[in-house]
Amino acid sequence: MKLDVIRSIWPWLFLLSMSVFFEVWARLAYDTSFLFNLFNIQSILTFAAAPLLLGIGVTFVIIAGGIDLSIGFAMGFAAVVFATITSSLGGQDPLVALLIGVIATMLIVMVPGMINGWLIAGLHIPPFIGTLGMYGVARGLGFIVADGVTVPVNNPILFQLGTTKIFGLIPIPVLITAIVVLIAHFVLSQTRFGQYTYAIGGNREAALRAGINVKRHTLLLYMISAGFAGLAGLIYTARFSAGAAQAGEPLLLDSIAAVFIGGASFFGGSGRIFGTVIGALVIAIIQFGLVFVDVEPFWQFLAVGIVIIVAVLVDQSRTRISNGGK
Amino acid sequence: MLEVNGVSKHFGGVKALNNVSMNLQAGEVLALAGDNGAGKSTLIKIISGVHAPDTGSLAYQDQPLHANSPLQARNLGIETIYQDLALADNLDVGANIFLGREPMKSFLGMTQIIDRQRMLKESREVLHSLDIEIPESSLEQPVRNLSGGQRQAIAISRAIYWNAKLLIMDEPTAALGVPEQRKVLELIDKLRTQKIGIIFISHNLNDIFAASDRILILRQGRVVGESKISETSREKVVSQMVSG
Repeated sequence: MKLDVIRSIWPWLFLLSMSVFFEVWARLAYDTSFLFNLFNIQSILTFAAAPLLLGIGVTFVIIAGGIDLSIGFAMGFAAVVFATITSSLGGQDPLVALLIGVIATMLIVMVPGMINGWLIAGLHIPPFIGTLGMYGVARGLGFIVADGVTVPVNNPILFQLGTTKIFGLIPIPVLITAIVVLIAHFVLSQTRFGQYTYAIGGNREAALRAGINVKRHTLLLYMISAGFAGLAGLIYTARFSAGAAQAGEPLLLDSIAAVFIGGASFFGGSGRIFGTVIGALVIAIIQFGLVFVDVEPFWQFLAVGIVIIVAVLVDQSRTRISNGGK
Repeated sequence: MLEVNGVSKHFGGVKALNNVSMNLQAGEVLALAGDNGAGKSTLIKIISGVHAPDTGSLAYQDQPLHANSPLQARNLGIETIYQDLALADNLDVGANIFLGREPMKSFLGMTQIIDRQRMLKESREVLHSLDIEIPESSLEQPVRNLSGGQRQAIAISRAIYWNAKLLIMDEPTAALGVPEQRKVLELIDKLRTQKIGIIFISHNLNDIFAASDRILILRQGRVVGESKISETSREKVVSQMVSG
């Protein structure tokens, strides 16, 4: 019982220690506050939004005992597809062009998710390998669609969506992410779909014996993951008024780190959406914090890499303890 | 409630079962004994719908039984309890008992959500009806925190809640400590009073003699002995298992 308490507290401890670390650094080195600064908070939340969106999708997959490595380039692929479609409709009403772009992109980005699900659920390819292959496919397709360059979009509504702050305070991408977080939390914690996701991760055999359609469920999980990557791609394109195939490249590591910092187990069966939210905030604080205290940005990769290893090490030792030292 | 008539089963050239007949009454506990490869597993797999017999027939509750899958058998009330296969360790007691058949309730009239209160309440009731003691504080914990015997009991409660009439238990006391073994045997006793038919496979003669009413001994796919527990002895059972 104590173990479960530690499990739920540890992401908060991580968040707290990172916040204190940068607060102290900012005060000592620059005599300024890191956290008590509206611009910084807005920046951290905006930084966190994209890895968090990817992280939510992959939280579902990881709870069910899988992994999805294709999300970063699925996001870039979606960004490029969205930018290409929307800008090719430049002669239309901007709202119509935007809606067609959004719907078409979300449908197209489901295809890599469906293929992932089919490879894993239907052909029993290990998730790590199947989605690694899709990582390459989505990456290649993204650059092919974009012809190797960044695709600009000139759509005034999209520009507004990407840059407006509601009440001058909350960036719209952050608001969209917050709404999606609540929906995902609801689905995972209150519905049968969520319950079966945990059951499959806990004991696939038991889930099968209970009559759960594990194949169909697994397929849906990888489609959800791709759907969130698509949404992240849309938001990226809105923020920068352009789509780039490499948009999500650094976010794969960030998003999976967020899930594990958030307390999900690499072995499946546990994890929570709010854990992933905290994990994404930790990553964003590390990244923005390093920029803020003027450390070279390349240290970010190193820091996030170490954080991922620490998170999985903690998970492993927790699992060992809960298995009675086995 | 169950009748097996002249069932044979081949796997390639191997005759796993040879003209086996047996029967089971409601509220009766039948032990299946025999050395490895005697045909015990094949027999229970035929009863639970995993395999179909080559020849011979089965009847269940006075109807011919043709279960083609474990799911079909389960829908008829024939449930097999396997050690450690049945539970999702990361879910709590109620979630396991109701897995795949969760009670739902309305959420703001918009959608359906899992009724966890009801799962907890009904789990408590079914555990209570079987005299299974699980502390209130553990009911909402992942079942991995419970003992092997408690988990076994939850798997059995799950079957009973969903109206199992015939329970097949494969080595229910293996991998349990002595006090836990005793609890499982008590539970079997309780199930008997509720008119559940039980077939259990065990290597442990102490358990067989403590819990069952009747014993069926298989050797090389044939029935080599059948008697009431009160009319046989350990020595006799062992000699039948070894030399038929």
